[in-house]
Amino acid sequence: MELILSLGIGLLTATGIYLILRERTFSVLLGITLLSYATNLFIFVSGRLTIGAPPLLVPGQMDHTDAIPQALVLTAIVISFGMTAYVVALALKAKGESGTDHVDAGEQRR
Amino acid sequence: MSHVILVPILLPLFAAILCIAGHKRSIAYRRAVSLVSTLLLPAFAVMLLASAARDEITVYAMGNWPAPFGIVLVLDRLSAAMLMLTALLAVPVLLYAIAGADEKGRGFHALFQLQLVGLNGAFLTGDIFNLFVFFEVLLAASYGLLAHGGGLLRARASLVYVIMNLAGSTLFLIALALIYGTLGTLNIADLAVVVPQVALSDQALVRTAFALLIVVFALKSALLPLSFWLPLSYGAAVAPVAALFAILTKVGIYALLRVAGIIFSAADFTVNLFEPWLVPIAIATIALGTAGVLAAARLTVVVAYLVVVSTGTMLSVASHLDINSATAIIYYMVHSTLVTAGFFLLADTIARQRGELEDRLQRGPRVKNLAQIGAAFLVLAVAVSGMPPLSGFLGKFMLMHSVQSSRWAVGVWTTLLVSSLIVGLAMARHVSVLFWEPKVDEPPPAYPPSSKLRAFALILLVAASPVLTLVTGSVSAYARAAADQLITRQLYIEAVLGISPQIFRERRP
Repeated sequence: MELILSLGIGLLTATGIYLILRERTFSVLLGITLLSYATNLFIFVSGRLTIGAPPLLVPGQMDHTDAIPQALVLTAIVISFGMTAYVVALALKAKGESGTDHVDAGEQRR
Repeated sequence: MSHVILVPILLPLFAAILCIAGHKRSIAYRRAVSLVSTLLLPAFAVMLLASAARDEITVYAMGNWPAPFGIVLVLDRLSAAMLMLTALLAVPVLLYAIAGADEKGRGFHALFQLQLVGLNGAFLTGDIFNLFVFFEVLLAASYGLLAHGGGLLRARASLVYVIMNLAGSTLFLIALALIYGTLGTLNIADLAVVVPQVALSDQALVRTAFALLIVVFALKSALLPLSFWLPLSYGAAVAPVAALFAILTKVGIYALLRVAGIIFSAADFTVNLFEPWLVPIAIATIALGTAGVLAAARLTVVVAYLVVVSTGTMLSVASHLDINSATAIIYYMVHSTLVTAGFFLLADTIARQRGELEDRLQRGPRVKNLAQIGAAFLVLAVAVSGMPPLSGFLGKFMLMHSVQSSRWAVGVWTTLLVSSLIVGLAMARHVSVLFWEPKVDEPPPAYPPSSKLRAFALILLVAASPVLTLVTGSVSAYARAAADQLITRQLYIEAVLGISPQIFRERRP
């Protein structure tokens, strides 16, 4: 399972970085989203992978998962979700005002 | 446990809530709320500064959970100084905005207060994940503030700024996950305890995580390969917003000082993370900023490049952090924040009188109140270029004095002196274009009515450098004590964790 997860995170990161370097805001947006998925998964596994164990110390039960990465990833998801929504709004505004979704839309050479 | 330490975070937060709740009310209501909150902040900052100046490190455990299990706020000399600086900057900037710029959009005052929440929180927190959260609060507010006023130029500048910072936040999270995965804690003081005990096999990962943190803070403070977003976005922002943003790059430098002083210096394998690359990059940053000051076509962009120069100037001595260099950085941080903020406001004041030309560096109509505006320009230009007798000179002197025995001394000294000279020359050229070569054959434009409030706000910030020069003795003594507290580390760690902490740590695979 470690191998599958790490390959998945790597693939998401690579795709995200490729898309961020594109010249259309839509691709950049998708790239940001994929990159934040990769990061969230990465934070989640920083508490090690455990299966079938509660994130609580239950008397009598020996194994448990680390609860802190779960709390951290929740914060990270909320923040990245909100920020992505803002970028969508901003990209739409820039497209509305310039008529194109190129990242350099309306740039003036001065 | 005193709850006063929470006020710099809660007061602007409540003000922001009141502003959002009253978004249908008149702008006078929002201005009043924002003004009350911003004017109260310096009073509380003075209280906290007085308590920190007694060499007490105040630790506030949120929900009374002891560190390292709960989140703590820590007030030491350095964070108290940063709170004071934020409060002192916010007052004139808000006054200037109230004179008119805040009418261009509804959200200005709420965003302004949220920006203060993020700044104060970032300076107070003793937990590195909480630092990320407050970074996001201040960034989210700054995204909104940057777009304030509308227009295609601002939308595009915001897009670049937001995407750069989102990528930075992603790196920050990856670094935090690596730190938690290898060290098992996110409390700054606890990290300093754990880092020296890392097993040899994990040391490379820990170094990688810390290097990623440095990249994030370098992005925030606009250190060279990551500084090109700054002139674009600061140049597009409304003047009071750009002036408030003058402190955003300093948050990055504060965070670097904090993690380098407390965490990196704790172990042999992390103490030299800044070597040997930081000084050359800082020197290149100064070179880029200085070239920008010469080449920029608008006065606001010139000031934005001056912010880049100030980042390079401070970090050129940060490679080996000792008490002298930390003192000089803290002193220069206060100076450069207030001076560049004042310069942004002055650029706007000049632009208002030039009609369509705005702040472009071209010959234009004669400026009204030439004597007063010229005097303000003179003070700020002398301060920012580091000429005697103002605080810029004293700050640069302290910076240069602190590296005199290091192997980088020749490079740093040469760069700082040459960049001072070039910035001074560029300022002289801009003065001559803006003030001394008016197109007299053209009829003067209809000057907009001058505002007493704007003038008052500008005078407050222009006076900052001369006042700082007069009180240099006490400010640098305070900065030295703050640097001592940062470098000594032990006091900070004991204040947060207690003396000889016994923390049970589980062994992880």
